[in-house]
Amino acid sequence: MDVTLINPFINATLSVLETMAFITVTVGKPYVKKDNVAVGDVTGILGLTGVANGTIAVTFEEKCILAIVSNMFGETMETLNEDITDAVGELTNMISGQARKELEVIGKEFKAAIPSVVTGRNHSIRHYSEGPKIAIPFSTDGGDFTIEVCFER
Amino acid sequence: MDTSIKVLIVDDFATMRRILKNILKQLGFKNLVEADDGTTAWDILENQEIDLIISDWNMPKMTGLELLKKVRADSKYAKKPFLMVTAEAQKQNVIEAVQAGVSNYVVKPFTAEAISDKLSKILR
Repeated sequence: MDVTLINPFINATLSVLETMAFITVTVGKPYVKKDNVAVGDVTGILGLTGVANGTIAVTFEEKCILAIVSNMFGETMETLNEDITDAVGELTNMISGQARKELEVIGKEFKAAIPSVVTGRNHSIRHYSEGPKIAIPFSTDGGDFTIEVCFER
Repeated sequence: MDTSIKVLIVDDFATMRRILKNILKQLGFKNLVEADDGTTAWDILENQEIDLIISDWNMPKMTGLELLKKVRADSKYAKKPFLMVTAEAQKQNVIEAVQAGVSNYVVKPFTAEAISDKLSKILR
């Protein structure tokens, strides 16, 4: 997979969460993920088409997404409900948009589908292409989350 | 900036409508209505006196760009201020929106200050 496709998603994730949720995010070391089991409890998944076809997934631990959405709304969120799944969809959408803006600068244009959201412990993340799944872990004071980027070979 | 005006917020994500409502309330706007796609937004325009439209781009049924073109093509609404607030940040998107007559454009993610600044410009 073209590694220049990865950094824009990391930068976009930092930008979106710092701007919309006012939190500081620390990036961990990327790794190749071998299975389809989500690391988090709620995941936003979005298909991308363009110079390559693929998907991004953003998967959050429950306590992490509750802290993020609490900051976004300015009120305490206590349970994984429709408000949270909707917010995960919009966060995924914004990360995709910011990443595509940066990718456009290096001549790689993509279009994005409307995101879907899956919840539950140990749910599966189904990427639409067969390429390697690059996982990038992030940590915040409120908990951890991971983005997965998968493009066709 | 006249904050007594009626503002229509259009976005398929309830999260974004809630964030925008919070920001607008902080700015002093009280008269807020919302729609989750362009079709519903058009119905509201036809039945209520709306002064400002704030719309997402990428939505099911009728996109924000389609709504903008429909608004600009109708003499009843053609001069309504229309702020696009969207994750679609590529150059071609901005060009298309400007050509369709958007009043101003905010890229997600955004700060409350960015919304306030753009509203000040289009409502002065």
